[in-house]
Amino acid sequence: MITRKRRVAGVCALLAALTAGIAFPVAAVAGEPTGQATPQVDLVLDVSGSMRTADIDGGTRMAAAKQAFNEVLDATPEEVQLGIRTLGANYPGDNQKTGCKDTAQLYPVSTLDRTEAKTQVATLSPTGWTPIGPALLKAADDFTDGASSKRIVLISDGEDTCAPLDPCEVAREIAAKGIGLTIDTLGLVPNTKMRQQLSCIAEATGGTYTSVEHADELTDKVNQLVDRAADPVVTPVATEGAGSCATAPTLKSGLYTDREEFAQQRWYRVDVDPGQELRASVSVGADRAVNPSYGVLLRAVTAHGREIVRGEAGGNGRTDVIATGLRYPKADTDDEDAAAETVCLQVTNSFSAASGVKTTPGLPLELTVDVVDGPSKASDVASFGLGRGWWLLGALILTGFVAGLLWGWLSRWRLAVWRTN
Amino acid sequence: MRITRALSASLLMLGLAVAPAAADSSPTPTDSASADSDAPTQAGTSFRTATEIEQGQTATASGSAGDYLYWSFPADAGQRPTVEATVKLPGTHAAQTWQIDVYDGLRRRQSCQYGAQTRTAAADSSSVELACTLRTVRAWSETWANDPLPGTYYVRLTAVGLTTADLGLPVSTEVRVDSKDIGGSAAVDGSLAEPLVPGIAVKSEAQDGVSEDSSAVLSAIEPEDGWSSGWWSDRWVWTAIGGALAALAGVGGYALTRGSGRPSRVPPGA
Repeated sequence: MITRKRRVAGVCALLAALTAGIAFPVAAVAGEPTGQATPQVDLVLDVSGSMRTADIDGGTRMAAAKQAFNEVLDATPEEVQLGIRTLGANYPGDNQKTGCKDTAQLYPVSTLDRTEAKTQVATLSPTGWTPIGPALLKAADDFTDGASSKRIVLISDGEDTCAPLDPCEVAREIAAKGIGLTIDTLGLVPNTKMRQQLSCIAEATGGTYTSVEHADELTDKVNQLVDRAADPVVTPVATEGAGSCATAPTLKSGLYTDREEFAQQRWYRVDVDPGQELRASVSVGADRAVNPSYGVLLRAVTAHGREIVRGEAGGNGRTDVIATGLRYPKADTDDEDAAAETVCLQVTNSFSAASGVKTTPGLPLELTVDVVDGPSKASDVASFGLGRGWWLLGALILTGFVAGLLWGWLSRWRLAVWRTN
Repeated sequence: MRITRALSASLLMLGLAVAPAAADSSPTPTDSASADSDAPTQAGTSFRTATEIEQGQTATASGSAGDYLYWSFPADAGQRPTVEATVKLPGTHAAQTWQIDVYDGLRRRQSCQYGAQTRTAAADSSSVELACTLRTVRAWSETWANDPLPGTYYVRLTAVGLTTADLGLPVSTEVRVDSKDIGGSAAVDGSLAEPLVPGIAVKSEAQDGVSEDSSAVLSAIEPEDGWSSGWWSDRWVWTAIGGALAALAGVGGYALTRGSGRPSRVPPGA
């Protein structure tokens, strides 16, 4: 089978050589980021009074954070734009209202000047409150480039002290703006409540939560997160599905995001020419506490409401998303000017939540649409009607043998008849 | 005539002996990519950011308990992939349940035929091992079926049962995909126009120069030696050998009816 693949590869190479004149370099498409969308990272550091506690490898939490920042700033890849924001760095007083506004941009999100950034970090000393919610809101505005991938890395050692603003809901609101933002959280020497809060923030935006007990863990993790931000990813296009097919937006091939509330349905339209195949997949994310049984249904429906094909998925237990997909090959016609068919895609979810959980904004929905040329064809379950196995060989041999016998007898009989005449 | 008969009989025997050997000589599991020097050392956190791995590579990633880790790998027609994952847990922890899920290029969940897809690690155990063997990937299936098709496959590794105290603890993971070549017994007629690789429509548009080239694609995955065209299977060998043997058997049968030389009824000297 290896020889087969080589042969195919040879043919491909030949074809490629023949069409080299018009071929485009593949690397330009699938390779490195081309520069327009620079990944942006905002490090949000808690500088509240509790960072003075000396329980990380014998040093204070602040010392560990500073050391980690220095190493991260050295290791940040060139293409990443990095900014630093602090929370609780300036106001040492007791007034909650003032304390909860205490968040400042230490270094703007821009191409990194390592020395400058390090000098800024060195000036920090543990001071005030822990206004996580307000800091996240401000951090979301720190990003300048609309099209790039954005990541906030929140490093904190205590839960938010600025109730009633729930940082978890703030995170969800930010994610719902559709600007492609992920929040990763790191808890320094966390307790139970903090773990819950920080992991809630992370899950609301599709980020990760990590507990940190040692200084080197902190450095490694922040480095990992910054590197992750540097990986080129496809930025989805925000769209808004309609309540019915007639008013739904028409989508082309690509990646889209939307929001879908509990028990809501979303409709989208895709035009499929004869001879093309529609592939759609959808995933609905659980960005808040949901009940343990859930599902998603994706239906492809004609403009007249007839269901063509559906994809469904169900699950239970802890999850980030539930996803399903479908494909619909539209048969080719001989008619030159056959019109494209409008296929309606309906997405419904069966997530549910306990009564206390906010239902707006809706759950994050990700939709991929691919319309590829050439529908798949098949005429036989077997491969071109070929067979395999001992029964096949036996049957063929027996048939051949019987045919030979018959032929032999027939010719003998004919010879005998000829002789007697 | 006797010589002919003996020759045909021996050819028949030879054919019978050679047939299975030729037909079953499909390659052994793909282990050509055993050099893991360039294996990925991190994992993605969503379908969109899944880290691409090759079959036969051992990919590692460090993460936190509670993360959803994603990898993607290519699987071609006739292969039966097995995903194996090992999670190394920190020194002290409560009982944790880990799970791997495999999704195809349309993000449809694929069932495991065998393997411990979900496993609970006892408190303070050092690691947990998971495995999932998919069904054989077919070159084509009905639109309404959920059969595995050639294209991208996603692996999601996560802890599904976790106490709050264990949330965020560092874990290190290892994932490896190997596949068994099932060969012609899984061959079907027909093939997909394009493998089920997400974003392939956008990618080919960009190649045609229709749209401006984008910086990233959803999945740029491809097997080492390209996607198979789907027309080849060892059924060609079986059928061809069958045809040849049938012809030989035909000759043999014919020869039997001729007897040894002259017909017995014809008197000598006639």
